[in-house]
This record gives sequence, structure tokens and C-alpha cells, in this order.
Amino acid sequence: MDKETARKPVPHPNEVSAPYWESLEQGVLSLQRCTTCKKFRHYPRLVCDSCYSLDVEWVESSGRGEVHSWTVAHHAFHPGFVADLPYVLAVVDLEEGVRAMGRLRGIDPAEIRIGLPVEFTVEQRDDGVALPAFVPVSSKG
Amino acid sequence: MSLREKAAITGVGETAYVRGSGKSAFQLQIEASLSAIADAGLTPKDIDGVIPIGITGAPAEDFVTNFGLEDLRFSALTPMGGASSVAAVQCAAAAIAAGVCNHVLIAAGRNSFLGARAGVRIHEMPQFHFVTEFELPLGAIAPAQLYAPMARRHMELYGTKSEQLGEIAVSTRQHALLNGNAIMKKPITLEDHQKSRMIADPFRLLDCSLESDGGAAFVVSAAERAKDMRQPPTYVMGVAEGHPDSPSSITQRPDLTRVGLAKAAPKAFAMAGVSHDDIDVAEVYDCFTWVVLCQFEDMGFCKKGEGGAFVEGGRLRLGGALPTNTHGGLLSQAHMLGMNHVVELVRQLRGQGGRAQVADAKVGLATGYGDLGDGAIVIMRRG
Repeated sequence: MDKETARKPVPHPNEVSAPYWESLEQGVLSLQRCTTCKKFRHYPRLVCDSCYSLDVEWVESSGRGEVHSWTVAHHAFHPGFVADLPYVLAVVDLEEGVRAMGRLRGIDPAEIRIGLPVEFTVEQRDDGVALPAFVPVSSKG
Repeated sequence: MSLREKAAITGVGETAYVRGSGKSAFQLQIEASLSAIADAGLTPKDIDGVIPIGITGAPAEDFVTNFGLEDLRFSALTPMGGASSVAAVQCAAAAIAAGVCNHVLIAAGRNSFLGARAGVRIHEMPQFHFVTEFELPLGAIAPAQLYAPMARRHMELYGTKSEQLGEIAVSTRQHALLNGNAIMKKPITLEDHQKSRMIADPFRLLDCSLESDGGAAFVVSAAERAKDMRQPPTYVMGVAEGHPDSPSSITQRPDLTRVGLAKAAPKAFAMAGVSHDDIDVAEVYDCFTWVVLCQFEDMGFCKKGEGGAFVEGGRLRLGGALPTNTHGGLLSQAHMLGMNHVVELVRQLRGQGGRAQVADAKVGLATGYGDLGDGAIVIMRRG
């Protein structure tokens, strides 16, 4: 397998989402919050679906949450992820009331349950991309 | 005004379904179109509306060019992935009911086996932009991985078992074996399902649909014209589309186990004026086994969480209470974006179901499920 085809997909930030990715590079999970009605929203978008305000502020997430659901990937679908198999993709309910997806590390997949307390950690990929990941609360040291 | 009984499907056509056709998607689309138009007893010049299925495929203009259409009055796209085919029935019926046109051709062609796979195709689509930006880099690439957390949560909350998903795979394969135009030709057992390799937990290989090549098409005609055409008409009694909450991101959806069909189904049943007990045959979009189970719940055939028990006991098999995917579906016939589900429903209601014919099928339904949970449903009756 040549290096080019094994290269993992990278995010392509736009003007709405750029602050999210810039924060991750600093090791911070940032979320949009409506400046007017204070409703959190994710993934980053233009308008508040509650009050329709376009004014938005970026807030650091506590990083704490619970597992909402997950899958364990056993087939890569992309050559860039073959070496990672198997890996856990977790959907996490963050304290702020929105969800995040990230790799879940530091746990036997058979032990994962809905409601498992987890916390954010940043995943620094070899290619320089920073991504959200989660670990069980007790195992972060 | 409702769309009840305003339109009928008057012609259906399919190419051979294969893995690797050596033909372009457009050629497959055209071959199926000519077959459907001939089945309706029409000529291409009679077509005055076109809805191409598949947003990366040929535009309506190519049908004008190739068929020499002189007065195409209506064209549209219904970009809802696997819900497009059934959503297109609503779109066509609405145009017909408004008097815009009389014969709408709905056609799809795919060469997915040798062409780009689903994990590549979807990231070219605008409706997947959240997935492409925020989930693809994590390794959440293909529909199997994106839908698996929906099924996993359903299993955790309601005790749904892998063996119940397996029953859907096995019964669908049984039906495919009765169909001369199905890609999968060997029977499978529940044990085969349980031993098939894990793709994206809880989806095993035999929970996943096929990547295949082929073309399928049908003609939706004004109801008053359908009476005197070549084939017995199948009337559209009820039709609706539904979009789930958070349609661009499953991750952010309030209820991961509820899809857009939950919004569409009550409208379609109310329009049709029939109850669930009236449904003689069901062609339910089956990109993954669990998606079938979820749709039975969201259509109201059983309560949320009861889908696992609902599909057990042979209910979905020929001779069961609700024969489902009598053609072999996307799991075992071919992945034709649900076009093959509509074609099969029409054949069943005409009594042309061959060895998979459901005895005395009068009323049936077809569903579509697409992208990140879009849904559509059509309820039809024989004329």
C-alpha cells in the first residue's frame, strides 16, 4: 500500500467551523453557544435553531459526558485506518447538552455501556491533525 | 386535496442485476427506462416528466436528448439517498395531480461494484457535509459505521438480539432464491449469519446490503389514463416523505432509534385510508437488517423496542403474516436504491410475483430509507 492511499482523511474547516478546529489544536474542545439565548449547538452551524440569532460565542466544554452509543469498527473502509483496527467510535452526551463523536480509548469494548462516564482528551495524529477522543473518567491519569 | 388515487404505476423495468456489468450507470438507466416504458405500453415520446434517481447521475436533459422528447413539462430531483425512489413517487403524483404532466419516468442506474464504494460516494454529497468534516477524519467512513450506533443503542435499550437481525437476513435470502434476477444464489442459515465476520459492531457481513450494478425504472401515470393501458394499474393510495430530526448528523439526533419514516408513515396510512392489518405485502428498504426492524416500529406495526420480537417466528417469510422483501431486497437481490422495492411491489399487486407471489395480494407498501435517516413510504393497491 503506498503512502498516498494510506493517508487518513483530514478535516476541511470552513468559516463557521474554523474556531472549533483551532481550539482542538490547542487541546481544547470548544462548542458554539448562542450569544442571545445561550443555547449550545453542535456541530458548528450558522443560526440558532431556537431564537434564529446569528450571534455566536465559543465556549470551552467541560469535556465531561456519558456514552450515548458506540460501534466497534472491524473493517476499515479506507486504507488509512487499517492499522487502527479494531477501534471504538463513541457518541458522547456532553454536559452542555450536545453530543460529540470521538474514539473511545482505555477500555475493553465488552465493558462499554450506555451512561459510562467519560471525559475528553485530544488525539494528536501523526499527520498533525488534532481530533476529539474520550477515555473513561477513572482511567485518565 | 390529497394525492390519494391521483396516480398509478403503469410500467416497471429492470436490467439484469450483476456484480460488474461493464456498462455505464447511464446505459443501465436507459435500458431499464426503455423496459419500463414498453411495459406500460408507451413509447419514449409519451414521457412528459422525468425524475432521475441518484444526484450524481444523468440529468433530465440527457433523457430529452436520447429519447428525442419534444415537450418535457416536468423534471425534478429527490435527493434523499435510498428514500429518493419512493419520495419520487410523491413528487410525480403531486405534479400529475396538479395537471402539469401525465407520464413521469423515474429511473436509476448504478455501477457500484466496480465504481466508487459507498464509503467514498457519500462524502461527495452535500447532505453528508457534517459527517465528512467531523466524523470521517475519526474513521467513521461508511454507512455501516454511521448507522451501527443506532442499532447498538436499540439493542442496549430494548434487548434486541443479533439473532433477530439474522432472521431478516435469512428470510430475505430465501426470497432471493425464488427470484431469477437476484445476485445471491445460495441459501444462508442463522448460523451462517452469526459466523459472518463483524464489519461495524453490531453489523456483521450478512447484516449488510450488496454493492451491485444494474438499472431499474418505473412510470407513474395519471390515474384516469392508467385504466386503459397495457398492464393492470396499481394505484397510489397514500404516499409521504419524512425527514428525521438532525437530518445531517445522526450523532446529534435526539432519538437515535427513530428515523424519518416515523413522520411519513402516519400521513401515508391516513391518506390511504387503510390500517396495518390491510397490508398484504411489504417491501421495506433494507440497506442493513436493523434498518428493516426499525422501520416496522416507526411505521407503527409494533411499538418502539418491539421490532426484534416482531420479525421473529416467520412473520416476514412467504406464507407468514407479513411477507417482506419478496424479491430479495438490497441484502440479497441487488442494491438499487429501493427502486427494486417499488418494482417488486407493483409486480406483487399485478400478480406477477412469480415463485415469490403472495397469494391474493391486494394492498402493499414500499419504503425508502436514505442518507442519514430520510424516509418515504408508498401504499398501493391493485386496480
